[in-house]
Amino acid sequence: MQMSHAIFERNSIILLIGVLITVAIGGIVEIVPLFLIKNTIERVEGMRPYTPLELAGRQIYLREGCYTCHSQMIRSLRSEVDRYGHYSLAAESMYDHPFQWGSKRTGPDLARVGGKYSDEWHQVHMKNPRNVVPNSIMPGYAFLSEEVLETEEIKDLIKAHRMTGVPYDDEMVENALADLKAQANPDSDYDDLLNRYGEKVSVRDFAGDGPKVTELDALIAYLQMLGTLVDTDVYGIEAKLQQ
Amino acid sequence: MSSEHKDVDQHSGTETTGHEWDGIKELNTPLPKWWLYTFYVTVVWALGYFIVFPAIPYFDGSKWDATGGVINYDQRAVVAEAVEENEARLKPYTEAIVKASFQEILADQELMDVAYAGGSIAFKENCAGCHGTGAQGFVAFPNLNDDDWLWGGTIEDIHQTITHGIRWEQDYDTRYSQMPSFGSDEILEKEDIKDVTQYVMQLGGLDHSAEAAARGATVFEEQCSVCHAADGKGDKTQGAPNLTDAIWLFGSDRETIYETIYYARNSVMPAWKERLDEATIKKLAVYVYSLGGGVEPSDAAAR
Ligand code: HEC
Ligand code: HEC
Ligand code: HEC
Repeated sequence: MQMSHAIFERNSIILLIGVLITVAIGGIVEIVPLFLIKNTIERVEGMRPYTPLELAGRQIYLREGCYTCHSQMIRSLRSEVDRYGHYSLAAESMYDHPFQWGSKRTGPDLARVGGKYSDEWHQVHMKNPRNVVPNSIMPGYAFLSEEVLETEEIKDLIKAHRMTGVPYDDEMVENALADLKAQANPDSDYDDLLNRYGEKVSVRDFAGDGPKVTELDALIAYLQMLGTLVDTDVYGIEAKLQQ
Repeated sequence: MSSEHKDVDQHSGTETTGHEWDGIKELNTPLPKWWLYTFYVTVVWALGYFIVFPAIPYFDGSKWDATGGVINYDQRAVVAEAVEENEARLKPYTEAIVKASFQEILADQELMDVAYAGGSIAFKENCAGCHGTGAQGFVAFPNLNDDDWLWGGTIEDIHQTITHGIRWEQDYDTRYSQMPSFGSDEILEKEDIKDVTQYVMQLGGLDHSAEAAARGATVFEEQCSVCHAADGKGDKTQGAPNLTDAIWLFGSDRETIYETIYYARNSVMPAWKERLDEATIKKLAVYVYSLGGGVEPSDAAAR
């Protein structure tokens, strides 16, 4: 027994194979469940891919590191449910690449912040949070309302998400830019956008700054749809209690 | 164990593994026993965990599933139960509050205490972001402590406002009115807007130019009195504020008033009937009503 591992020590090929097997066990245990993940996501109605404007807003959320202070997952604990609303369902983040669940909460969870405030509130709050929450420690992002949204890459962004399995069809990819502009302009012809992404998509001048599309327009469009797609009464606690 | 090979290093007095590489020997320093046994315990624990908790995946012929474990643990069921338990505990009050009319709640001290306490918690979580933790308000978000109401201060009015929101387009019964953007929609000339700004300042008892205000009075009569009333005291059915008092939603300096008339504000408040249940909304109405500015129905009629 003492000497038995000498065989690994004396023969580099055998050592290599031994290492491979050991690492593979760890790998299989961690990776195989990922192949099965589709089966652990409940099937729900109402989920749709992000519209181009929302997706662009999500990019800004990532760029600015909002996730360093905000989580987007309401845990299945009563205190969480009481405060933030129904716990998050796996399906609600199935089009998130990467997901924004997080575990660091300097600020509140944002998984269901959509519709909690008005666009005007977000405009004021993003400019300087202390204008509405006097003791807030969140930084201001006043520049977002001045930066015109960069749209050259929106088509590629949608394509990249399609590669990860988000069901964008060819039409959605082709019309990405048109859809993006239409959603931020209530005077535009946005029927096609609604046909592609559903009647419930909000079309508004989110940043309240007229026809130009700023980064703030995109970010507010994103924040205002968070957690609004799935009717949780059908799938969550209510349904559990009825069982 | 090949004890006959026992080979002890002279310098350290430690046993060696017996391997020798070009005259160099490897010391055999085993892990401390306590460490090793702790490790074995964690392995046994893990096995137990596999059996007791949902863990092991299997294919049931059509789809992948996982074993429920001996105790068939389900966190979602646990929350559902906790929520139900809490609801059951509060049920006598929740039901009473939903059933009772506002007059009954206000008359019943016990119900009143429950409603006020519940309302104040719900207010901090849902309303404080806009109206402030003390309901004192901010620019563009009204103070709810005073008796200056945009849409009416009876408890029923307040309940209606909270339930359906203000200019919240997803709600068909939302409170709605739209002050026109007199400047950006080119309804009035810039000069007219300057004049009517002076008139509004006169109405509010602020420093103004009497000459411009006199010209502004005609504009006001024609364009503004439908909502703000001929005397400038406002109209609660349209949420048009009283312009003659010292309370300003957006500010009382000349530029701000000019901007309000030029662009119009048409502020939005979300509807809460989708996010909160009826009992909570009623508690909130009671809470806001009791903040000090609540209006008795009879007073409201008299106004
Ligand atoms: C330094 C940490 C920090 C960062 C970074 C941060 N926030 Fe916040 N956020 C907070 C805190 C603290 C609050 C609670 C106080 C307040 O409302 O301002 C908050 C509140 C919010 C709220 C209101 C939530 C509610 O339910 O009341 C929103 C929306 C929000 N943040 C969005 C963002 C976005 C978007 C970004 C990135 C552009 C961001 N935050 C970055 C700390 C942060
Ligand atoms: C997104 C910001 C926002 C949130 C959140 C909000 N409100 Fe408001 N609320 C407003 C605005 C803006 C107005 C005034 C609208 C107008 O100009 O007509 C208002 C008006 C009101 C009024 C009518 C005041 C009057 O003078 O008639 C009441 C009552 C009220 N809010 C209560 C609440 C309660 C209770 C909550 C929490 C459940 C709440 N609000 C949450 C923005 C908000
Ligand atoms: C269709 C109704 C309507 C008409 C017409 C109208 N208003 Fe208003 N006005 C409102 C409402 C509603 C508000 C409440 C604020 C908001 O929009 O949220 C308001 C707010 C204001 C305010 C802000 C008061 C404050 O407390 O800060 C001023 C000033 C004002 N109006 C002036 C005018 C003038 C001057 C005119 C005519 C040129 C006019 N309004 C015409 C409905 C109207």
